[in-house]
Amino acid sequence: MDVIYHYDGSFDGFLSCVFDSYVYKEIPAGFSSGEDGVFTLFDSRTVLTVPDHAARVLRKVTALSPEAALLLRRGFLTCLPDKEPCLFRLVSKLLREGPGFLRNRSDETLFPVVKAVQHLHGEVHLLKGFVRFSDLGGVLGGEIEPKNRVLPVLGGHFTARFHNERFFLYDRTHKEALFHVPGQSVIRPLADFQMAPPDETEAHYRLLWKCFYDTIAIKERENPRLRMSNMPKRYWNTMTEFQGEDWFRPQSSPEAVSGPGAPAGISAPETLPPRGPSAPASGL
Amino acid sequence: MDVLEKLTILTDAAKYDAACTSSGGTRTAKKGYIGNTSTASAGCCHTFSADGRCVTLLKVLLTNRCVYDCKYCVNRRSNETRRAAFTPEELADLTIQFYRRNYIEGLFLSSGVFRSPDYTTELMIRTLALLREEYRFNGYIHAKAIPGTSPELVERLGFLADRLSVNIELPSEAGLKSLAPDKTKGAILTPMRQIQTRGQQSREELIKYRHAPRFAPAGQSTQLIVGATRDTDFHILRLTQGLYDRYRLKRVFYSAYVPVVEHALLPAKDVKPPLLREHRLYQADWLLRFYGFRAEELLDEGNQDFDTRVDPKCSWALAHLDFFPVEVNSAAYETLLRIPGVGVTSARRILSARRVGPLHIDNLKKLGVVMKRAQYFLTASGKMAEGLRFTPDSLLRGLIAAERPLLPQQEAVQLSLFDPAGT
Repeated sequence: MDVIYHYDGSFDGFLSCVFDSYVYKEIPAGFSSGEDGVFTLFDSRTVLTVPDHAARVLRKVTALSPEAALLLRRGFLTCLPDKEPCLFRLVSKLLREGPGFLRNRSDETLFPVVKAVQHLHGEVHLLKGFVRFSDLGGVLGGEIEPKNRVLPVLGGHFTARFHNERFFLYDRTHKEALFHVPGQSVIRPLADFQMAPPDETEAHYRLLWKCFYDTIAIKERENPRLRMSNMPKRYWNTMTEFQGEDWFRPQSSPEAVSGPGAPAGISAPETLPPRGPSAPASGL
Repeated sequence: MDVLEKLTILTDAAKYDAACTSSGGTRTAKKGYIGNTSTASAGCCHTFSADGRCVTLLKVLLTNRCVYDCKYCVNRRSNETRRAAFTPEELADLTIQFYRRNYIEGLFLSSGVFRSPDYTTELMIRTLALLREEYRFNGYIHAKAIPGTSPELVERLGFLADRLSVNIELPSEAGLKSLAPDKTKGAILTPMRQIQTRGQQSREELIKYRHAPRFAPAGQSTQLIVGATRDTDFHILRLTQGLYDRYRLKRVFYSAYVPVVEHALLPAKDVKPPLLREHRLYQADWLLRFYGFRAEELLDEGNQDFDTRVDPKCSWALAHLDFFPVEVNSAAYETLLRIPGVGVTSARRILSARRVGPLHIDNLKKLGVVMKRAQYFLTASGKMAEGLRFTPDSLLRGLIAAERPLLPQQEAVQLSLFDPAGT
């Protein structure tokens, strides 16, 4: 009776799982995706991603409650450890009882999901400010290390703000990147990426920013604890103002460090990268 | 002098201004322009400086040369400090380059009074016009209106900036007379009134004509220095309330006075900035703007200063114990907001959740209620938190302990758990 659903890890794949569970009239004991978790005591069922099935599930959820549909999309991007069972329970409760319980945030099915989505939104909000771009010969490039898969949500902010620029934003944690040229943007998996060292101009502005940052603090009010609670240290890694000296040293100067096998700065995308395997759930 | 040096001098001179928000902007992305303003109602912080304050905007002075001699100010004429001035081109370039790299949300432009208020404002207008028209910058701009500027120039400034502010700095006329002899109350309030009426007019025009130019769409704000003069919290809070009521300000900022100069009329140089007092004023400011409190409820002639041990809302609750406990399943929104530990968000969640079914104590934490404070003041389905016993005395101690870890450390030392209530 107990069965594990094995799917491809995409949002459509997950919705297909929901569909199949109603077809086979069973409640999955767990979910697995990718290579891991195939060897368990339970039987496993491999669920094929069927866009039609996914669309039907999503249509039904949206008809019952548009907010629940959004919660489902966003919930799937979170780093909640057992997000699939949580989201599955949410959908089945919605289909069983209707959307009334969604008003009550303290509902035990709803709460873990809204809390995870809140965490995602909090991270997105902070990153709107904490992302740092470098000008790499006319193309802006930045890196982040988020816990949640923020790019589909965060991307909209930057593509609106810098719609005339060409830029990319690399997510180190989930190994994917957002590419934008005027009028078009995509999210693509990107296995490895290293930022090219700055040229004179870029190094100059980095230094100006560092200098502004160091000067703006009032010495008499120093409060490292407050700074840390407003801006947790895990974000500092990718922020200009917390980098070591090398970060401010231009490439052309003699003492510039060039690592073995010169870091592969990404080539300026005149056009978008070729259509590779689509990142799961991109373009939400 | 190169830009790096100018930036250092002019940032150092601007850092005592507390206002650094980008909220209330309404610019959406526009074709051919760079930038927009943050859609989040709370604005967007781009970093936090070592003092823990949010850095949103490139906050600099156009110049720190000044003809005035305000005693409390680092830029006063008689202070021997290095002077510098940005050219409009330098500043516009710096803003755009910082903005593209997502270092900042926009520009906060203030200035010392160079030659005359009008001359300075004209320089500021040149900078902003360059940004808006040449660089096609569509991000957030906050500009200072300098007291004594002619109305035509303030008008022009308002069409270029998102927010204008006129700093009152000293909360009373007596303070102004002794510490800022070149300024008068009238000179400060005139541009404030102008900004208010012009903004109102602009909003009415916008209803009739969709493309009418917007005058300071994010409204105006001001700053009060706390601790440079002897003004009480009650005086400051009533002034704040008046500004919100009569001048429709978006924000009043408080800046704990940091002694930068030795002067007989000012606190000595070794006096610590009154951070806790500043904190209490901000807490009370929120109560005025979002919680429906009036200044007279929080303080009165007999109680002119805030209790340093508990926050203003707890302090009000302790003085009105007969108002409590509040039953969360039936109380009105305004009543819920009076409970310490219940905020605007959690009160709304309670309203929404109780339509589904009766709420119990263990639901409340998930709705965002801070039970450490709220437990003493509410019931859910007729019951208080299980096992909760308290006397007025232990209640006070509980509330002090609940807030203590959140306060600035140096101030927390002054608090004692064993101070008798009501001192």
